[in-house]
Amino acid sequence: MAAALSREDLLEAYRRMKTIREFEERVHVEFAKGGIPGFVHLYAGEEASAAGVCMNLTDEDKIASTHRGHGHCIAKGVEVKGMMAEIFGKRTGTCHGKGGSMHIADLDTGMLGANGIVGGGPPLVCGAALAAKMKRNGGVAIAFFGDGASNQGTTFESMNLAAAWKLPAIFVAENNGYAEATSAKFSVACGDVSTRAAGFGMPGVTVDGHDFFAVHEAMREAVERARRGEGPSLVEVKLDRFYGHFEGDNQNYRPQDEVKNIRATKDCLNRFRDRVTREHDISANELDAVDAEVARLIDEAVEEARAAPDPQPADLLTDVYIKY
Amino acid sequence: MARKILFQQAINEALDQEMARDPAVIIMGEDVVGGTGADGEMDAWGGVLGVTKGLYGKYGDRIMDTPISESAFVGAAIGAATCGMRPVCELMFIDFLGVCFDQIYNQAAKFRYMFGGKARTPVVIRTMIGAGFRAAAQHSQSLYPIFTHIPGLKVVIPSSPYDAKGLLIQAIRDDDPVIFCEHKALYAMEGEVPEESYTIPFGEANIVREGKDVTIVALARMVSYAQKAAEALAKEGISCEIIDPRTTSPLDEDTILESVENTGRLVIVDESSPRCGMAADISAMVAQKGFDLLEAPIQMVTPPHTPVPFSGVLEDLYIPSAEKIEAAVRKCVEYA
Repeated sequence: MAAALSREDLLEAYRRMKTIREFEERVHVEFAKGGIPGFVHLYAGEEASAAGVCMNLTDEDKIASTHRGHGHCIAKGVEVKGMMAEIFGKRTGTCHGKGGSMHIADLDTGMLGANGIVGGGPPLVCGAALAAKMKRNGGVAIAFFGDGASNQGTTFESMNLAAAWKLPAIFVAENNGYAEATSAKFSVACGDVSTRAAGFGMPGVTVDGHDFFAVHEAMREAVERARRGEGPSLVEVKLDRFYGHFEGDNQNYRPQDEVKNIRATKDCLNRFRDRVTREHDISANELDAVDAEVARLIDEAVEEARAAPDPQPADLLTDVYIKY
Repeated sequence: MARKILFQQAINEALDQEMARDPAVIIMGEDVVGGTGADGEMDAWGGVLGVTKGLYGKYGDRIMDTPISESAFVGAAIGAATCGMRPVCELMFIDFLGVCFDQIYNQAAKFRYMFGGKARTPVVIRTMIGAGFRAAAQHSQSLYPIFTHIPGLKVVIPSSPYDAKGLLIQAIRDDDPVIFCEHKALYAMEGEVPEESYTIPFGEANIVREGKDVTIVALARMVSYAQKAAEALAKEGISCEIIDPRTTSPLDEDTILESVENTGRLVIVDESSPRCGMAADISAMVAQKGFDLLEAPIQMVTPPHTPVPFSGVLEDLYIPSAEKIEAAVRKCVEYA
């Protein structure tokens, strides 16, 4: 059994989840106001997954993310103000305005990148895990992917390669029930993504993604197994997104009131608050204080992002190569 | 007299010397060792044509067989490169790019730019190109223009054992992703190669032969065909200058333009398909930047716009030949 999460751990987990929620709810509002270019895919509702996974990781560990990547970035420790500026396409952004929402990366914190290609991340994670294995630094690498990417050949190939090479890699399938507007009930022919693990000779488990503790515990086991050199695992996290595939999605493929009901009954932040105030020595006041700090941070992030300079015309031509 | 070795030995030696020099250099690919998991010998193949043979014995786990999953292991090489390794990944035939292209052009090529200059992806993808083996349409292509098209990739195409070694060492030490194209018909080519390690910078064309009447730009196997044509033409009193760009990205435009300035006439020989190929690309560049230098229309010697055929009769017709190069040069020279 795990060493119990400390008070500090729990407060940190809450801070990360709340930061993701506040960030995404605010991007939703700001996107509608205008000023955010391009496509934005929000992670609100799925916070327990990113936090439950990343609370098991260190800066040495790597993650590769998806088009719905803001939550993974925040949970892995990417600086929020840089992210917001990036989403606004500003020069002060994490990627100097050249990546945008779908390409936020911060290699210093082990965040190998959001990814605009569904199924783009798992092969890269095999490489990150291979590097950790060859350097013998005890690092692990996590591939986040959705139910959509669970059907991509790259994902299958990567799970097989990770098992064949016995890599310290963990495949985290965030199954939110929809690949764009197509239901996983239709597209994932085997039902639970986790059952596919058997086909690659690795353990597979499905957990409730509205429950931080369930995700954290499943990942703890998978991470420990990987660090022991016993190879990869597949963890399927079943959860729900509060918004559409992208901002502007009318979501008419979802039953009416689906999101309303999910928000009312399955919100991972509410569940976390209830549990830690009931079972752990944490008060509602402490959590409220976190809420206030997070709200301030996001306010500042938006203000600073809106005020930040655009890239310079000369930036168009820089950083294509290191040397050419 | 300098030592002579084969093109494929030059590749092997470059890999060997770089693995000895830098522990971050690792190799992965299908049967680059051969025999993994089987009950027979290890290092059974050392690559499908034996190019990496012997490295397993020296470097053990740093050279790895893979499942036949190009997306996964090419992507893994790219991912490992972003995490401090210097992988040399073998995509056995360039024709197989179709099953792993996303990892190369959407991932490796774009990290540096998309991530605001913070990523470093020092990966080399070695791959075989070229027709002439009766290997038919899916094992014979020269698809390097597709990679040349992609910003963020460097594309290297050696034509001799000397260049192969120096360019591969440069590719491994280079911090950007490099596609390293080896013409399979050149593996048995012998040439002088220094034993010590050396690099050849990218973007510096080699003037293979000096001449004053016509410039011939040629790549890979076409360089030796151009040499053969130039020998024949010299007997007719036509003096050809042969330029081998060696890398198509970056491309040494200056050397080509300087040569055309001297000759006024340009023939480009390229084994890739004619549409959007290197011949078309270099032709466009010279037409734009060197229009006043030209005394005759640019001639392109390429295969026809067809897949590579299987039948030897057809394949020999498909591949540009010394005779076709000679004809193109004459046409260029005879233009009033």
